[in-house]
Amino acid sequence: MGDVDRVRWRCRRGLLELDLVLGEFLERCYGGLDADGRRLFDELLEQPDNDLLDLAMGRSEPPPRYRALVAMLRGAGEPAPM
Amino acid sequence: MGLPVRLFDAVIVGGGGSGMRAALELARADLKVAVLSKVFPTRSHTVAAQGGVAASLGNIDEDNWHWHMYDTVKGSDYLGDQDAIEFMCRKANEVVYELEHLGMPFDRLAGGKIYQRPFGGHMRDYGVSPVPRACAAADRTGHALLHTLYQANLKARTQFFVEWMALDLIRAQDGSVLGVTALEMETGEVMILQAKATVFATGGAGRIFAASTNAFINTGDGLGMAARAGIPLQDLEFWQFHPTGVAGAGVLITEGVRGEGGYLLNKNGERFMERYAPNAKDLASRDVVARAMATEIKEGRGAGKDGDCILLKLDHLGEETISKRLPGIREIAKKFANVDPVKDPIPVVPTCHYQMGGIPTNYHGQVVVPKNGNPESVVPGFYAAGECSCVSVHGANRLGCNSLLDLLVFGKSAGEKVIQDLKQDGKSHRALPNDAGELTLSRLARLDGQKSGERVAEVSADMRRTMQQHCGVFRFPDLLTEGVRKIKDVAERVSRTGISDKSRTFNTARVEALELDNLVETAVASLVSAEARKESRGSHDRADFHQRDDANWMKHTLWFKQGSRLEYKPVHTQPLSVETFEPKARVY
Ligand SMILES: Cc1cc2nc3c(=O)[nH]c(=O)nc-3n(C[C@H](O)[C@H](O)[C@H](O)COP(=O)(O)OP(=O)(O)OC[C@H]3O[C@@H](n4cnc5c(N)ncnc54)[C@H](O)[C@@H]3O)c2cc1C
Repeated sequence: MGDVDRVRWRCRRGLLELDLVLGEFLERCYGGLDADGRRLFDELLEQPDNDLLDLAMGRSEPPPRYRALVAMLRGAGEPAPM
Repeated sequence: MGLPVRLFDAVIVGGGGSGMRAALELARADLKVAVLSKVFPTRSHTVAAQGGVAASLGNIDEDNWHWHMYDTVKGSDYLGDQDAIEFMCRKANEVVYELEHLGMPFDRLAGGKIYQRPFGGHMRDYGVSPVPRACAAADRTGHALLHTLYQANLKARTQFFVEWMALDLIRAQDGSVLGVTALEMETGEVMILQAKATVFATGGAGRIFAASTNAFINTGDGLGMAARAGIPLQDLEFWQFHPTGVAGAGVLITEGVRGEGGYLLNKNGERFMERYAPNAKDLASRDVVARAMATEIKEGRGAGKDGDCILLKLDHLGEETISKRLPGIREIAKKFANVDPVKDPIPVVPTCHYQMGGIPTNYHGQVVVPKNGNPESVVPGFYAAGECSCVSVHGANRLGCNSLLDLLVFGKSAGEKVIQDLKQDGKSHRALPNDAGELTLSRLARLDGQKSGERVAEVSADMRRTMQQHCGVFRFPDLLTEGVRKIKDVAERVSRTGISDKSRTFNTARVEALELDNLVETAVASLVSAEARKESRGSHDRADFHQRDDANWMKHTLWFKQGSRLEYKPVHTQPLSVETFEPKARVY
């Protein structure tokens, strides 16, 4: 479980928008990721803040391997479908 | 006890713009430097700065540091120290060119010179008309600045301690500062980082407000550590607010939305700005709009289920105009306000943006406190720079783009001063006091031992709500008085919080509890200082004392944690080489 804690801290960023988007993602999506998904998310978190925010806001498109993750990020700020 | 000790010439707490600028100076002088940061340095909050850094390069129109200095003094509403302001404005070109030589990708003119754009409050001819003074790197100035400084520091062999959190200051019997205790998040280990010089560059505490544009890491740790160690905090009644942040989230909605014809409504659907500013209406200046919004909310006409926000309507502009003229706004509103502005208004509130006050320093970056009748006696071994410090160049109100300048100028001068001080008196480390680290260990032991404490998130939310309601952008006497009582209550509760997660590695719950210890010092200081200042000046705007009162209040506030006591000290009205700018009404 130490890993989840580490990821949780790395979701603390310099941009408020990212704190919010990544926080939501942790709450709603992270638990459902498999080991590969989590590894990719770790990688994605290495991106600079501005690039990550551009991806999350749909202002730029991710390389193919991040596509599914980024789609989840983009949905993360919207209300959960009931 | 006996915490492990590591020795350095200098320890810098904070890896944002100011910390890395100071570190660069020191590492280049071949000192052994440690930079601690809670997050990877290039993820410091400096990354959020888009507008640029101010310097009177005069690359587009004629400009000079005298005009820049005048604007800064006037902007500060005459609370800024004029010696420090002269120092900063005169150094601006030098630090910007240095950054350029380090490889900062500034926007350029066709001929290759740095491009400059106009920015609010920056004028020519002593306030006559706007002058382009902001140097930017597209809309990523802060990002570019951090990357440039980080690379330069790697080259200079600065040692980074990433994901380390400083917890407390260590002071000798005579008050000198000997270093900090710090927590390595990955292992949960606590250590003493002992140094001949300790530099705080921990950024602001914008998270004390419910509505804040600041990232979650901005918890004023430097201010909390200083206050616990008996260092006063200066001018914390002065916080800059932006009128339109998304309610509940804090994300900024640009003023451009109102420029394009968007307007504000109260819960009755009334376009209330017509009452407060019949001509300019929603395009009145920032402070007028924010004050009107706060008044509507205070008088019970706020929208939303708690009646605590205002509605920004733009659906009448039509989908096409919104997408064409206000790119990104629709996505921001959808993502952070859960509304589609093409159909529904965006809930907004005046939102905290920048902290003018902080740890009192002079323009060499040395921390100064009252002692034996001297209001500014130097604390040996202790320095501060950036948003956590109060030099004071921003006084009661900061001009846009002067903050990045402040980081560069005072980060550098703190570094230079440390080098000078160590040359004179820095052969060996002084012995640590016997109780070094005890305060930290007792704080951690309390958290570990607390059985049924109140939840950190709850107390923290109450702190933010109290600050927002009682010490926001427009201040009412009854709310301030009640606020002081409430925030002291919150502070009491902070000392009894508990966490259920007692693990060691990356224990975010523990970190947040420790951060709250720091936030609450800043919050109490801000409310107590604001309640006491019976005038309006710059960002401190009172409903009952609506004028600036130079006769009684042209002075700096100092708040001491011990007994939550206030003292005051004079403003430096004497610049270094030019004549004093005498106080005038601040009109634009
Ligand atoms: C949205 C936004 C836009 C802005 N735009 C501009 C602009 O265009 N121009 C301008 O001049 N100003 C701007 N500002 C203001 C400016 O960005 C900040 O004032 C400035 O970046 C603060 O820099 P700093 O070095 O003091 O602190 P920060 O960049 O906040 O860095 C603080 C550092 O301290 C570390 N730290 C904190 N506590 C601890 C601890 N306990 N232990 C270890 N490390 C710790 C953090 O990890 C971080 O590395 C803007 C602010 C905001 C919110």
